[in-house]
Amino acid sequence: MPIPLSGLILAAPALGALALMVVPNRRHAFVRRIAVATTSVSLAGAIGAMVTYHRASGGYQHELAVPWIRSLGIGLHLGMDGISVVLVLLHALCAFTGVLISYAIKERVKEYYLFYLLLITGVFGVFLSLDLFFFYFFYEMAVIPMYPLIGIWGSDVKERGIVRFSKEYAAMKLTIYLTLGAVVALTGLLWLYAASGARTFDLVTLQQRFAGTPLDPSLQRAIFPLLAVGFGVIAPMWPLHSWSPIGHAAAPSAVSMLHAGVLMKLGSYAIIRLAVTLLPEGAAVWLPWLASLCVMNIIYGGFVAMAQKDLKLIIGYSSSSHMGYVLLGVACLTPLALDGAVMLMFAHGLMTALAFALIGHVYDQTHTRWLPDLGGLAHQIPFIAGCSVAAAMASSGLPGFANFVAELLVFLGGWDRYPVQIACGVFGVVITAVYMLRVVRGTFFGESKRQFSHARDAATPFARLPYVVLILALFVTGSWPKPMLSLIDASVRPLIERVAPGRGRPAGEPITVLISTPVSVEVR
Amino acid sequence: MPADLVSCAWAILLSPLAAAALILLAGVHRPKLSAAAAIAGLLTGFLCAVRLFLHAHGRHDALLFESSVSWIALPGLTIPFGVLIDPLSLLMALIVTGVGSLIFIYAAGYMAEDAAVSRFYGLLSLFAFSMLTIVLATNWIQLFIGWELVGFSSYMLIGHWYAKPSAAEAGKKAFMVNRVADFGFMLGILALWAASSPTVSQRSFHFLTLERQLSSAIQAGLIPAGTLTLIGLLLFCGPLGKSAQFPLHVWLPDAMEGPTPVSALIHAATMVAAGVYLLCRAFWLFSGLPEVMTVIMWVGGATAFLSACLALVENDLKRILAYSTLSQLGYMVMAVGLGGRAEGMYHLGTHAFFKALLFLSAGSVMHATHELDIWKLGGLARSMRWTSACFLVGALALAGFPGLSGFFSKDEILVLARGHHLGIYVLATLTAGLTAFYTARVWFVAFTGSSRLSTRHGAGGGHHGVQESPPIMLVPLFVLAALSVAGGYLGIPRFLGASHAEFHWDVAATSVAAALTGLTLAWLIYKRQAVSAQQVVQALALPYSFLQRRYWIDEMYGWYVATVQQKLIAGLCAWVERVVIIGAAVNGTAWLTRGAGLLLRRCQTGRVQTYVFVFLIGVAGLLTIALTR
Repeated sequence: MPIPLSGLILAAPALGALALMVVPNRRHAFVRRIAVATTSVSLAGAIGAMVTYHRASGGYQHELAVPWIRSLGIGLHLGMDGISVVLVLLHALCAFTGVLISYAIKERVKEYYLFYLLLITGVFGVFLSLDLFFFYFFYEMAVIPMYPLIGIWGSDVKERGIVRFSKEYAAMKLTIYLTLGAVVALTGLLWLYAASGARTFDLVTLQQRFAGTPLDPSLQRAIFPLLAVGFGVIAPMWPLHSWSPIGHAAAPSAVSMLHAGVLMKLGSYAIIRLAVTLLPEGAAVWLPWLASLCVMNIIYGGFVAMAQKDLKLIIGYSSSSHMGYVLLGVACLTPLALDGAVMLMFAHGLMTALAFALIGHVYDQTHTRWLPDLGGLAHQIPFIAGCSVAAAMASSGLPGFANFVAELLVFLGGWDRYPVQIACGVFGVVITAVYMLRVVRGTFFGESKRQFSHARDAATPFARLPYVVLILALFVTGSWPKPMLSLIDASVRPLIERVAPGRGRPAGEPITVLISTPVSVEVR
Repeated sequence: MPADLVSCAWAILLSPLAAAALILLAGVHRPKLSAAAAIAGLLTGFLCAVRLFLHAHGRHDALLFESSVSWIALPGLTIPFGVLIDPLSLLMALIVTGVGSLIFIYAAGYMAEDAAVSRFYGLLSLFAFSMLTIVLATNWIQLFIGWELVGFSSYMLIGHWYAKPSAAEAGKKAFMVNRVADFGFMLGILALWAASSPTVSQRSFHFLTLERQLSSAIQAGLIPAGTLTLIGLLLFCGPLGKSAQFPLHVWLPDAMEGPTPVSALIHAATMVAAGVYLLCRAFWLFSGLPEVMTVIMWVGGATAFLSACLALVENDLKRILAYSTLSQLGYMVMAVGLGGRAEGMYHLGTHAFFKALLFLSAGSVMHATHELDIWKLGGLARSMRWTSACFLVGALALAGFPGLSGFFSKDEILVLARGHHLGIYVLATLTAGLTAFYTARVWFVAFTGSSRLSTRHGAGGGHHGVQESPPIMLVPLFVLAALSVAGGYLGIPRFLGASHAEFHWDVAATSVAAALTGLTLAWLIYKRQAVSAQQVVQALALPYSFLQRRYWIDEMYGWYVATVQQKLIAGLCAWVERVVIIGAAVNGTAWLTRGAGLLLRRCQTGRVQTYVFVFLIGVAGLLTIALTR
């Protein structure tokens, strides 16, 4: 029996982690090779899934179902729809490049890669699981390795040489925050399980059951915030975001890449996949609140980023700002906005992974991330400087990169429902440009500084590979977005049609335009 | 439509892109190849544009043809990417590729000794592609894509010499000012799209479809007039930034930090004119909105006058030309605001010729002398004959010397202004006089008289004669000079379908008189020195200092950015983050938890005596409760 792609993608890093356990500690090169090989397999699988996903049929494909505890209705059920294919591809790209960037790790290499591969497996598991139990299981599996990864291989967040946040603080805060969020979400999931009466954790079965006999609306309204807030912590939803920038800043570069690139997307993915899909009535009530919270994410996060001087904190707050667009797209619940939200998860993930990889290189060469201390590095590290300009431009939504297409779709999809919030979102793009240009200007432009004269560029093709892969992926999907959008849309539209009937149809009910509808008053 | 014409149209757009790709992939360390690829790419585009022009010439079709591929195709949303060929886009494409090719060739000489020629040409080619994306766009989103990409290439090219802090800052400033403007522009596009139909799937970004839909919706009274006015004003934000109109003009003078070919191509002839082009492209919309048209007219008029005043007191050759560009862009915007689409485009065309000529001549001077302060130059007319002759032609065309291109196009705008609004006409004529004054000032100070350079250079030992530039730089100058002379006879307005404007002797005479007055004054002050420049400055100390500080606009923005935005808003948010969210809420919770743990730990002493004691207290308490009942 051929193994479905979903199984292959998940199994590769898991087997890699297992294999690492029996490899001798000192064989660093072999350890790294295992990590590269297994993530390459996942990447190949993800690209395969992207190409072979049959868009016309839609639904979950590449399925794999292994029953486990029948009496409770628990079983390993993997599968991908268009949304998960895109996120799996994002994760595979970040994992592959992250493993390459991890070559900079020189201490306790085996343990590092073991935790790293566990983290990778966990995230793949969340994107692939169609079973609530395993969804939660993999979610925890992705969160827990962050603790040792930051606590052991991380670095303190310093301000002018004084420790502002120790790496232990960052690791602890992140773990407690995310676990607390997960427990809140678990409460919601168990409540949902009990209330459904179906005695199954299987997402597809639950979905079908709710289609026939919907859950009591008041119950939906009660459960929805548990899932939205619980998973919203990792999204990260304002004001529950403060674990994230500090966590980014303290983590080693390759971990920040996965953390900001993919881990944060688990929250918005779970909200789409579980909360919105299973609890449409709850979504109708609570999503408008979410739309307003997102604006806080975007504007407030942007301004906080503007006030930072540590490169990683700037990108960290920028991430929490940009994830506001994703949540805004989800909150709009129109096909275009949700298409945009999913695409933005992909685009932002790659962009931010690129940014952290680049900052990692700068930090390795200069031993500082403090913006006022940097400057003129384009003289010494022109390749890194060029890539950084690309990352800054992608982040500020320059056309040609996927971020532009995604943000545009969110704006278009949300304009009718939340014009004020969307206008704030458009303004957020201006804020992004302010701090991104400042980073580029302060780090790379200006006169060459003597203390950095020894800084070395990423010179070999191998050292350049991760950066090239990430930029190329952003560029290709941004310049020619049709293949990816058709994939996303194939799954988004049925989803919207299910949870908000009428909105998914192309020629759906006329949506009233806030600013151009003639006022007609009926007098009785 | 013959297939070869369609492929010609695509080739205009794609050949600079191909050149940019080639330079990125193969030319990074091959400066000669990069230059050759860029020049070949843009020349191909020019030849294709000429081919289309020959086809279109003499026809009177409003639209020749359109060809596009679908870039985004979702149910309910189609965004094409393609080429739209009509007289307007064809004229603009000719200017961009033609003037662009000349500047590309010139730059091969000008940048010959630069260390990053490949990056320079790669970005120039990217710029050409982006600019042509705007020009040939079939819809608003494609236009916006080009709009942002020209902003990016402008940012990178202004900061070409990134080691210079002033250049790096100038690039950043240009990008930011345009971003702020594009905030309004994007909202305008979104609102326009939403207004085109209440049903999402029937909305469109496509120029022609949108025009049809919106026109019928307006006629049916479906869209409130206030909404449309708001949309018009938001859309005008785009040109406000890109064409550097007051009060968002501040980035353009600083943009002169870039290499001179960049200033000539991007910050004089083409990109900054994109705003005017946009106004013409969406003229059907703006012309139906009288309030917006009034705003456009006054913004243009104010820009024309205020920046001409700034040029009076500037001493840097390139910055004088930059203020002059602002002023001429003001004329064009004003022309559109007065309802003169063809007049605006006409002036855009002639301005592209003579302003590119002026910049390239200035670049030639800079190449030879490494000096831009007009007071440190002087006597160039003798040492650099050809360059000076070309500069003179450009200066005369700019000043509106009868018979030259600038005279005709400016005259049409003045005729238009007189027919509409006396105030704006007076303002525009006054500006014409100022233009002649500052142009003549440059000529008399920098090009005539005796050289003030030789003494400085002579100190270094031996007389370094100022050398004329090489032929590769001079030939483009000659071509541009010819165009600056003949630009008025090419029939540009007729090509755009405007009926031949009558020649008004009175308007022409007034403007010539204004120009002559300016010229004579400049001659008296700077050549004859009947009154010295110092005396004039002393007599007009107050307005002079006002102009010297550029109306304090830069200071106001600087104060806003550094104090309000950075210290106040961002600082407040960061304080809330640090003190309220992290300090009080998160760490507070942690302290509470830890405190509760500390308290509870007290109970867990591990001593049996304590436990028994507490147990006894409990029993006693319970007994008391039971017995007292």
